[in-house]
Amino acid sequence: MTVKQLQEKLELTFLCGEEIAENREAEGCYCGDLLSWVMSRASENDVWLTVMGNINSIGVAVLADVACIVLTENASLDEDAKKRALENDVIILTTSKNSYQIASEISKLI
Amino acid sequence: MELLSLHYEVSGTDFTCAGEASGKIKKNLKELGFPTNIVRNVAIAVYEGEINMVIHGGGGVIDVEISPDCISIVLADQGPGIPDVSLAMQEGYSTAPDNVRQLGFGAGMGLPNIKKYTDEMIIETEVGKGTTIKLKVFVN
Ligand SMILES: Nc1ncnc2c1ncn2[C@@H]1O[C@H](COP(=O)(O)OP(=O)(O)O)[C@@H](O)[C@H]1O
Ligand SMILES: [Mg+2]
Repeated sequence: MTVKQLQEKLELTFLCGEEIAENREAEGCYCGDLLSWVMSRASENDVWLTVMGNINSIGVAVLADVACIVLTENASLDEDAKKRALENDVIILTTSKNSYQIASEISKLI
Repeated sequence: MELLSLHYEVSGTDFTCAGEASGKIKKNLKELGFPTNIVRNVAIAVYEGEINMVIHGGGGVIDVEISPDCISIVLADQGPGIPDVSLAMQEGYSTAPDNVRQLGFGAGMGLPNIKKYTDEMIIETEVGKGTTIKLKVFVN
């Protein structure tokens, strides 16, 4: 399913990348906040659930080619991170739910 | 035959630049048509090297030589060096300070990841002088 469909089903809020979400496929999910760990273990097109909203998360999202970042529990997104995300076509969403709740919902959808 | 040589300077203080060199290398390799797993392996190795230079090495330089059958990467810094390389190579070992851990780094996975994603890894390091890491990723 596309990131856009996922956003609607899970009632997530876009922080950036809404206009490209229809064309981005989400095929799996990965949870984690340690960047080295995520970069080497997340798969291409995974939805990445994390509370890390700093600029380095964007670097990891680009290198790992994840479908999008979902900042769970309303974790904040730094201004410079948002700027980098826009430059690199990284889709970022936010939710008040925690990573467990979102992951279990995603498992029913994809 | 060499396709392309790339050179990057990595800041010793600015975390916001980390990921720039690896991102650009990734883009270049993609455009040259390398297989996605090769592109990913090189990008991860360079990213970890880049981050280590910022956190531990006080900045440095990255040189990449791309040829059709091999990608060679040299990461060089003039930082404090690594006193015990076999300890540093262990998964989970890290001397990263707390402020760095709060950014999501310092999992102690960097050097092991570099080893995992490259075909050749040589660490030359001297305490007080610096560290040079030479990597090779073979295509096929
Ligand atoms: N370029 C470097 N200069 C000095 N020390 C380094 C360098 N790279 C790695 N190290 C040392 O090796 C340890 C392990 O590195 P790494 O596996 O990347 O884990 P991390 O960066 O998460 O601490 C570091 O904590 C540090 O003590
Ligand atoms: Mg490291």
